[in-house]
Amino acid sequence: MTSIKSFMSRQELIGILVIAAVLFIIMPLAMDIFRLNLFGKYLTYAFVAVGLVLCWGKCGILSLGQGVFFGLGGYCMAMYLKLEASTPEATAIQSTPGIPDFMDWNQITALPWFWEPFNSLTFTLLAIIIVPAVFAFIIGAAMFKRRVGGVYFAIITQAIAAILTILIIGQQGYTGGVNGITDLRTLKSWDIRTDEAKYILYYVNGALLIAVLLLSQIVLKSKLGRLLVAVRDQEDRVRFSGYDVSNIKIFVFCFAAVLSAIGGAMFTLQVGFMSPSFVGIVPSIEMVIFCAVGGRLSIFGAVYGTLLVNWAKTTFSETFPELWLFGLGALFIAVVLIFPNGVSGLYQSYLAPLVDRVVSTGKRKGRSDTAPPPSSGFGAETTAKPAE
Amino acid sequence: MNTINNNTDFLLSIENLTVSFDGFKAVDDLNLYVDENEIHVIIGPNGAGKTTVLDLICGRTRSTDGSIKFRNKELTDMREHEIVREGVGRKFQNPSIYEDLTVFENLELSFPRGRSVWGALTFQRDQDVKTRVHEIAGMVFLDELLDKQAALLSHGQKQWLEIGMLLIQDPELLMLDEPVAGMSVSERKQTAKLLNEITKGRSVMVVEHDMKFVEDIAHRVTVLHQGKILSEGSMAKVQADPKVIDVYLGH
Amino acid sequence: MFADYTWTELGSIFAMQGFAGLILFSVFVLMALGLAIIFGQMGVINMAHGEFMILGAYVTYLCSNFVEAHFPALFGIYFFFAMALAFVAAGALGALVEWSLIRHLYKRPLDTLLATWGLSLILQQAYRSIFGAREVGVSLPNWLLGSVPLTDIIEIPINGIFVMVLTFVIAIGVYFILFRSRMGMQTRAVVQNRVMAGAVGINTQKVDRNTFALGCGIAGIAGSAFTMIGSTGPTAGQLYIVDTFLIVVFGGAASLLGTIASSFAISQAQSTMEFFLSGSMAKVLTLLTVVGILMLRPQGLFSLKIRR
Repeated sequence: MTSIKSFMSRQELIGILVIAAVLFIIMPLAMDIFRLNLFGKYLTYAFVAVGLVLCWGKCGILSLGQGVFFGLGGYCMAMYLKLEASTPEATAIQSTPGIPDFMDWNQITALPWFWEPFNSLTFTLLAIIIVPAVFAFIIGAAMFKRRVGGVYFAIITQAIAAILTILIIGQQGYTGGVNGITDLRTLKSWDIRTDEAKYILYYVNGALLIAVLLLSQIVLKSKLGRLLVAVRDQEDRVRFSGYDVSNIKIFVFCFAAVLSAIGGAMFTLQVGFMSPSFVGIVPSIEMVIFCAVGGRLSIFGAVYGTLLVNWAKTTFSETFPELWLFGLGALFIAVVLIFPNGVSGLYQSYLAPLVDRVVSTGKRKGRSDTAPPPSSGFGAETTAKPAE
Repeated sequence: MNTINNNTDFLLSIENLTVSFDGFKAVDDLNLYVDENEIHVIIGPNGAGKTTVLDLICGRTRSTDGSIKFRNKELTDMREHEIVREGVGRKFQNPSIYEDLTVFENLELSFPRGRSVWGALTFQRDQDVKTRVHEIAGMVFLDELLDKQAALLSHGQKQWLEIGMLLIQDPELLMLDEPVAGMSVSERKQTAKLLNEITKGRSVMVVEHDMKFVEDIAHRVTVLHQGKILSEGSMAKVQADPKVIDVYLGH
Repeated sequence: MFADYTWTELGSIFAMQGFAGLILFSVFVLMALGLAIIFGQMGVINMAHGEFMILGAYVTYLCSNFVEAHFPALFGIYFFFAMALAFVAAGALGALVEWSLIRHLYKRPLDTLLATWGLSLILQQAYRSIFGAREVGVSLPNWLLGSVPLTDIIEIPINGIFVMVLTFVIAIGVYFILFRSRMGMQTRAVVQNRVMAGAVGINTQKVDRNTFALGCGIAGIAGSAFTMIGSTGPTAGQLYIVDTFLIVVFGGAASLLGTIASSFAISQAQSTMEFFLSGSMAKVLTLLTVVGILMLRPQGLFSLKIRR
């Protein structure tokens, strides 16, 4: 118990148990496989939102290009699956059998060199982590070493999202263009389109999300987690305490990028395709709103925020597509003006004291020197407090 | 002052230091030396370049020309955190502390260990850290407030906290930019006492406007005017210097 | 890529693409001027700037229809009313937005970014609901049609020339407002020291509102000019917003001259490369170059070295 306590308060332990219960028990019981698969798709965005909590909420770096990393992870996975689906037998009617169909349509006659390694699953799994990490490192090193931050960083990451989208759409022979990479079928000859596979992938996705939450929790509870907040509030003071601030920022940016890429890869597996519409400016900034609605300071809030916004999006855009854009626009404004701490802020100020009381009447142990639960709306920052 | 160029016995030696912002020379061919265990106060009218000198030493501003040597090591081409690790601490004019963190965490983050990303991830709050934090908190009058969020401290307490954050790094040269600005009379007295205590075994450079306070602490005073040294020496000598009187009282 | 062309052909290509680039340049400058005022002077990120521009375009479209239907005699000069009206409409909306949204968010630039993005979604949907999803175009009066032949193979369209003259006049106007008028002086005073500006009797809230409204009003004029060279749709503004922000940042946020220079560089690069490469690759290369340069020189092309 002591080892858990060192990186998790009781509130946070409850938080993660509740999420696990929702993911593994409640949702699979409450939904048919079609809805559950949709729910799993939303959960892949939660990876991005959790990354943004660390990067933006804690450290103050707003990236408007998280879709880039989501896309890199997703495309890596999709390239592997596409190659597996493009055996010479399956593509015998093409003028060049054995290459992905969209390449054939674009008069490409041999597999491009950068597609070759994606024949290997090991390489693909490594690439899902390493490609976005290296890309984020390059961007981060170039920008943070030169002290570019704040709105400049936001604008430049947004431009990068735009560039990558235009590039993917423009180079359709190599990327599948605007339709993306579609018609993905099997993973190591295991059909990913069956209901059974969808259940398994859903659970894998859920387990990965829990793992990512735990990992983020470890980072946040370490001194590095407090440094992130310190960098956000007083960058110069951190620098003049002997830290290389740019390294801290590069780390958190890469960390968030890798989380997004894992989400992207799981998206491809569960949904069965990847396209530039998950890479560009619009999806990237929407991912920020998932995080903001959850409360930019809480990794658990980010999960709920993602689910909430996506549920609303699906519901409204099915029935009143016009209202949805008004609603989404209003959400952006409201989350900035009215409740900057999002769902988790509301929870912290109204529900958390109640939960704490209910739980502690059950098993009241000596909790001597912990700070009392926050009373104000800004209390969400207590996630950065020590658990001693 | 008969100094030989290059290596000196001084803790800090600034030679021919110049910085210009689009032609305006904020610091102009400055030579300044700080001894071991010396409290060296820089005074001067607004815009004289006092804060800029501190900025140049700690690497916040890059010099146009000249050299800054600390223990005979050139600082001008080092980055800020490297200069800090050499043993130069800097306090800013406005208290710059981490308002969202507690006093304890503020001091802990300044504790000189685990300064790399990996080091910070694996940092353990062991007995060493706790002892040192309590010790420093006692020195800066904050030992009762360790669990308090730093945002809730008074202005004077924030200034002390920042001084504490520097002390925990145990720098050999401590630079303080207007440490008593905005403090009450009793806080000023406490701060003067604090400074006299913490300067044992280290050198301190102070930029200050409060003459009474300067008189209380200074071993040596440098008067800057328009980026150049106007006068230097003991407080009494400087106060009697007609050039200084002219700048401060004349037009 | 140049091998297949003779020198004279290359010269003509550069001249014509250069001119096409100049029209793009005009739109960029008009967009970016408003943005540079708002971002450079106030530090506010207005992601809805493109939608203010489109408002100006729709106002022009309505004017053109109205004048054509009711006062056909005045059709030749309707554009001038339309432009004034576009300025007023976009400026008024800007003032309203500043009052209801932006003024609560000064010093939180990242939050203004998100809030104005929300605003842009709302405006886009509003345009779609009012004007329909289809793009609309205005009819131009006769004197703006046709082109001036410069050499045998180079022809310059008149509406392009008109837009450029307009851009020039507006750029000069902005310069005078910001650097030669009392309002501009107050704006700059507030930017540099808000407290002091307030203390010497400047109504800083009013200055903020006027500055924001001015920036949006110029976007409205940009929209007016935009109708002469392209058609207007609800999401047309979003296409330009990233480019324009890059231009402002690339030029050095506080510098008008920088804004104009970077508009020129980016529009020319894009337009010239478009002839030889596909449009998308031209854009990718241009944006990549800008991002690359910004990584090496984050302060932009024109910037002052200042004491921190």
